[in-house]
Amino acid sequence: MSTAQNNMSLSGEPPATLSTTQKVATGFGWTGVFILALALFNLQLPSVFLYSAIGLIGLGVIIFANDLYLGKSAGVKNDGIWFRSMTARGILAWGTGIILTLFYIVLYWFPQYLGYNSDGANSGLVALFDPLSRLISGHAASQWFVYGTLYTLAILAFGYKFLLKYRHNKYEVLRTWSVMFFQLGFAFLIPEILMRLNQPYFNPVNIWPLNYDLFAGYKLSEFFSAGNIGLLMLFFGIASIFVITPILTYFYGKRWYCSWVCGCGGLAETAGDSYRHLSDKSRATWKFERYIIHTVLVLVVVMTIAVVYSFLNENPDQFWLNKNVFLMGSAAFLVLLFGLIWIFKRHRLAKDAKKGAIISLSIVLAIIAAFYFSGMTYGYLLRQWYGFLIGAAFSGVIGVGFYPIFGNRVWCRFGCPMAAVLGMQQRLFSKFRITTNGGQCISCGNCSTYCEMGIDVRAYAQKGENIVRSSCVGCGICSAVCPRGVLKLENGSLEGRINSEAVLLGNDVDLLDFIQQQKKATRKN
Amino acid sequence: MSTTEHVVIIGNGVAGITAARHIRRISNKKITVISAESDYFFSRTALMYVYMGHMKWEHLKPYEDWFWEENRIELKQAYVEKIEASSKMLFLRGGEKMSYDQLILATGSVPRFLGWDGEELKGVQGLVSKQDLELLEENTRNCKSAVIVGGGLIGVELAEMLHTRKIPVTMLIREKAFWQNVLPIEDAQLISRHIESHGIVLKHETELKKINGSNGKVTSIETSSEEELTCDLLGISVGVKPNISFLKGSEIETDRGILVDANLQTNLPNVYAIGDCAQHRQPTTGRKDIEAVWYTARMMGETVAQTICGKPFAYKPGHWFNSAKFFDIEYQTYGNVSANPGEAEQHFHWQHKDGEKAITIAFDPGTNQFLGINTFGIRMRHEVFDRWLTEERDLEYVLSHLREANFDPEFYDHHEKEIFSSFKKNMINSHT
Repeated sequence: MSTAQNNMSLSGEPPATLSTTQKVATGFGWTGVFILALALFNLQLPSVFLYSAIGLIGLGVIIFANDLYLGKSAGVKNDGIWFRSMTARGILAWGTGIILTLFYIVLYWFPQYLGYNSDGANSGLVALFDPLSRLISGHAASQWFVYGTLYTLAILAFGYKFLLKYRHNKYEVLRTWSVMFFQLGFAFLIPEILMRLNQPYFNPVNIWPLNYDLFAGYKLSEFFSAGNIGLLMLFFGIASIFVITPILTYFYGKRWYCSWVCGCGGLAETAGDSYRHLSDKSRATWKFERYIIHTVLVLVVVMTIAVVYSFLNENPDQFWLNKNVFLMGSAAFLVLLFGLIWIFKRHRLAKDAKKGAIISLSIVLAIIAAFYFSGMTYGYLLRQWYGFLIGAAFSGVIGVGFYPIFGNRVWCRFGCPMAAVLGMQQRLFSKFRITTNGGQCISCGNCSTYCEMGIDVRAYAQKGENIVRSSCVGCGICSAVCPRGVLKLENGSLEGRINSEAVLLGNDVDLLDFIQQQKKATRKN
Repeated sequence: MSTTEHVVIIGNGVAGITAARHIRRISNKKITVISAESDYFFSRTALMYVYMGHMKWEHLKPYEDWFWEENRIELKQAYVEKIEASSKMLFLRGGEKMSYDQLILATGSVPRFLGWDGEELKGVQGLVSKQDLELLEENTRNCKSAVIVGGGLIGVELAEMLHTRKIPVTMLIREKAFWQNVLPIEDAQLISRHIESHGIVLKHETELKKINGSNGKVTSIETSSEEELTCDLLGISVGVKPNISFLKGSEIETDRGILVDANLQTNLPNVYAIGDCAQHRQPTTGRKDIEAVWYTARMMGETVAQTICGKPFAYKPGHWFNSAKFFDIEYQTYGNVSANPGEAEQHFHWQHKDGEKAITIAFDPGTNQFLGINTFGIRMRHEVFDRWLTEERDLEYVLSHLREANFDPEFYDHHEKEIFSSFKKNMINSHT
């Protein structure tokens, strides 16, 4: 039997082969990448090379996608996913992962290798992007402009591919237009144009705590020195996390952000779509996920309090807010938030969640107390380390570099503190859920396999339970790949949203009532 | 009870595993599940996805491997050769023995072969078990073309699977259109057209006559219309039959399947049969005596678990429902829609202009009572239709409340208005 097992893994026949059109398209795309690589040799290529590179990459992906999906019936397009080297952790996947990882390492820590020069004229790859940067922001390019351009290009080109792949599914189509729009407009163009207008660099949809730098000292100085616009930005940044986010998440779940707006989510859903099935679905990983993502949340809270405290400490008389009042206020806010959750939602929390919450709160309060009594926070140091470990190593190197190995949502699932905040709310106080359709589930496992967040969707569906999980980003793919019409993303009443006593419809109603009573009885014990 | 009772379940498909899980939930009995097919429970309905590269074998397992130990369900890979009811003993291949206090037979189905000349040739196969899938992988290496006999659910799965490997497929269908022994003709024709649009050749009203081969391997077949078709693979999907050959010579009473009473008990005390292998002596009104369907297997598992644990329940399934997917078209059905309705049943059929969405509603022309629905390309809520069937709603009520039953993803186009106006128009036409 073991020999036959091999047949089912990697040695399948086509559809692993490429058509002629796809080969040509691949040629275009790689020529574009080659031009970018050529620029690294500091050849001082004219701007036409930059535009051709961008054009060729975009064109390559578009031609490839057209050939792959157009003229074929609309529907689930997962044939051969587990046979292809690129999507089944073969040599192409490892190669891509390694190149991406190396790129991130150079980008974050050795931008000079890309040609970035903070004191003078750029060279190499960064210089190649200078004309485009000057066109948009009026400044020379930085390594971040290069990255932002390529990032946006990836979301747009692969977004187009995704649009074709899921053209039969309006939810997916609208969602993809949305992430493409927010990336191009809000994440890429608006901040650059603001710079052209001599305003602070500000992306309105990059919300704290994902945007951990929003309250950093240099950023606060920028905002305060930019007059009313700066204050408006700061105000919007605060309102985003404390007012806008809770309201939208209450009505729609965290998906309004994670799979409709967010740039990290945008890349994951488009360029990362081919890797969504690689996420680990085991219970052990789920446990690990909860520890690590909430640890990052604690870190970002502590770090942010520290940098704001440092800022107030250094500018003591400029603001109405006193540094100690700020510390006390932060502590009071956290205690109040904790208290409210404890009073109203305690019954929804599992034992380990309660334990985790108490420990996290205690740690944060202890650190705040230490700040208060010592008067020191090491805010800059904390920010530097957070930026290095979480902002760069976790979200960039591991988060995207490892797409082809661990799947496309590693950062969103294990690391993103914004996802942690939205997730808590989604689980405790939101109308969003994925409902299951009566008794129709056949346990096939397509939903779980294609869940990028590693949620074992089937485990709920085959019991007839709704799926109400903190980590669900509402991408809708489980519903799209379900062959029996079992799953539906819905916003509805909070009553009965979490239904762990559910039974599967179809059997004798008296028997089902009886089973339900049995379930309730055992649950109470 | 002084010692823990030992419940042995033969078969680790959805029937047997559902029974095991429910028994564990409500009792502390010792549970052993025996299977010769696979180490762990897997979703049989998803076998096709492994071949198509959508999933790997491990994804077919609905529970992680720790589940069984944690829930004290012992899994044993073995083949039961003989059951001795008098001593409550199982004889396993290899000489091992195992005693039981309660025995549940959940051995499922095997493909049905009709005794064609040449059906034993290599390259001729059905698709039910894990071993069948492995065999298919072997049989389709360097496969130039394939023929599938029978237009049922397994047939269309096979066609879709082979299609992903770019193997040209011809299907022989006995009826006028695909699965027309179950689907009304307009529904069946819609699916036939859809299958053909994927490049599958359908030969309607055609049966298999003879299988030719050389060197022990299939080379071609001859159809009832005297046509010879070359093929390296012949997929057999003319239905399945209960897997009961191992019971030959035992005291357990069988017909086509294992005969069971309302409580799913066989002629012997402490021996039960559930799922595909069970044949109901007196099926519930309107139901078949053998139902080889995932859902009914699961329900029998739920039912027998209570009986085993001292709370006898008769098997009384609720309103019929089922689902399938034919290439890109999803199908769901609730209640009864006959393929060839008699006097007491009339159909309202609506079809979208794209030819990939349709509904057929069956109703009683005398009372207008809603009897059932087939829906293609539009997802509907099980819970809502189940309720409407119980409440015995009439046709007009169902059609004017259809939106309530819609289960399509958000932002999908709605067709309820169009369906309702088509219904109104039809009603006027039929009254003039």
